Amino acid sequence: MAQQSYRDAIREALREEMHRDERVLIIGEEVGVWGGTYAVTRGLYQEFGDRRVKDTPIAESAIVGTAVGAAMGGLRPVAEVMTMNFTLVAMDQIVNNAAKIHYMFGGQVKVPLVIRTPAGWGQLAATHSQTFEAWFASLPGLIVVMPATPYDAKGLLKTAIRSENPVMFIEHARLYGVRGEVPDEEYILPMGVSDRKRPGQDLTIVTYSRMLHVALTAAEELSKDGIECEVIDLRTLRPLDMAPVYESVKKTHRIVVLEEDWVTCGMGAEIAARVSHDLFDELDVPVERLGQVEVPMPYAKNLEALMFPGEKEVIGKIKEMLS
Amino acid sequence: MVAGLDLNLPESQKKKSALTAVEALDWFKKMSLIRRFEERAEQAYGEGKIGGFLHLYIGEEAIAVGALAALHQDDDVITHYRDHGYVLARGIDLKRVMAELYGKSTGLSKGKGGSMHMADVKRRLWGGYAVVGGHIPLAVGLALAIQYNKESRIVACFFGDGATNTGAFYTSLNIAAVWKLPLVVVVENNHYGMGTAVARASAVTDLYKKASAFNIPALQIDGNDVLAVRDAVREVVAKARSGGGPQFIEAVTYRYRGHSMGDPQRYRTKAEVEAAKASDPIMRWQERILGDGLATEADLKGILSQVEAEVNEAVRFAETSCMPEPRDMYTDVVVTE
Repeated sequence: MAQQSYRDAIREALREEMHRDERVLIIGEEVGVWGGTYAVTRGLYQEFGDRRVKDTPIAESAIVGTAVGAAMGGLRPVAEVMTMNFTLVAMDQIVNNAAKIHYMFGGQVKVPLVIRTPAGWGQLAATHSQTFEAWFASLPGLIVVMPATPYDAKGLLKTAIRSENPVMFIEHARLYGVRGEVPDEEYILPMGVSDRKRPGQDLTIVTYSRMLHVALTAAEELSKDGIECEVIDLRTLRPLDMAPVYESVKKTHRIVVLEEDWVTCGMGAEIAARVSHDLFDELDVPVERLGQVEVPMPYAKNLEALMFPGEKEVIGKIKEMLS
Repeated sequence: MVAGLDLNLPESQKKKSALTAVEALDWFKKMSLIRRFEERAEQAYGEGKIGGFLHLYIGEEAIAVGALAALHQDDDVITHYRDHGYVLARGIDLKRVMAELYGKSTGLSKGKGGSMHMADVKRRLWGGYAVVGGHIPLAVGLALAIQYNKESRIVACFFGDGATNTGAFYTSLNIAAVWKLPLVVVVENNHYGMGTAVARASAVTDLYKKASAFNIPALQIDGNDVLAVRDAVREVVAKARSGGGPQFIEAVTYRYRGHSMGDPQRYRTKAEVEAAKASDPIMRWQERILGDGLATEADLKGILSQVEAEVNEAVRFAETSCMPEPRDMYTDVVVTE
């Protein structure tokens, strides 16, 4: 098993699926000649040509809508939206077309589409640093995947491309360089399955995407004090697989949800509601949520650094919950 | 000519197309069927049997019938929410169209789509779409699939004058032109986007001129002349099919009814509507058929009584069909894998 970056793992998933299925094509801004603004698609244009790796104008609504139409017409498009902020421009296509067409026409039309887009930040200020996964996860008709590791990213993207359904595949700009073990042989992973990333019996951390890494680091630190946290990675935000979360909470009786989104109406709100309702008697302390400070993202580096909970805040919150 | 616009006539229209009696009567029947079907739908709406929005196509029938007559059966059609005319012009079973309006399980979309969302994918009619301009990118995608698979089919995409003011119109047609996709767009200029006259909503009132922004060849035609529509669409479809890239037609027409049911129509006078009826597409076509000796009045009467019987049967079918079961609500949300 080799070490591979999140970026390379995603590129390999694209390559393998393009070799496996002639119907798979990539559509997006700067995906071809440029090689992808985050270099995810680098080399694919040279390998597959401009029929299968299509550079588009800067027009997200038309990119996503064209990909939806191409999927209806029998292709397997992977549309790249340069950052998740720009999905706002394509919202009508995602919400009213991709997520609705199968249902609205009584099941006649399928939309086997993947929309790849990264969340992330890095002194990009208010309009380029947002993460809207909870909006997408609220939509019946859409599958929402948000992987945290190279292994999960590759296995889940391959499944997403093979799916008959529209999938929002949300990457993270600050994970592209993260390395992890990826098998040499081909594999796929099922969507809609949460994954226990670390066992523990004292407290449950539920998280996904970049915050998984914060959770795991915090858990290692806490372990030195004899506190063993169980870490559940949701991986797919819709459909939500709560079984491993419930199993864990029944054991630990304490749960904190860690997300990068604003907590108001975020994934943590959903998890908290479900756990509070379904496992009310199991909880020793109220469900806690940690997420982004509820202001637009500021540019200044010191302010940006204060926007998200880090290991220190997670450890502090967990100690408070256990005291 | 109802528009008061200067028409930029295509060559084909100046030449007078050869026409067979079979075609002439088929179009007469289809236009009459659309009109009668919608009159009955209007009546059922008044009786509370059809809910939601009901956008009637009455007065515009020549565009759907003429344009679809110019297509091959396997060409893709995608349209806006004023979609009954297209579904019927494609020859799709009107019983299932009426049943969809009634929200019955036997409807085209199993009662889940309603008036604005009619599709029959086996007939390559990809549906009516109800966000103005929102289906134009889908048409581009369908055309991309055709080009990608090196097929000789084309996509015909229909929308109203209002859609030419949306962002989706510009971004989509630009991509279609850059990629030289086999796409034919037909703008139905019925003079009003809801209640706002074209001149109050669009800086350019000859809508075909907007195609020049993308270097897409464009025509403006009389949308109330079914033969003119058929000929113009046939001419540009041939270009799109043979690698000529996207083509653009503005078909000028007039909507007799309100935007939807319950439109008080404060934006126009009754006299304006009545004046437009002097150019009624069915009446004009009937005169042409009789004038050219393609059929007798008795033949046309016979067709109208067939139409009446078919529409009656569609209403009976819709009224006696079952509502969807509560459990059907949960099917087809996603494809089960």
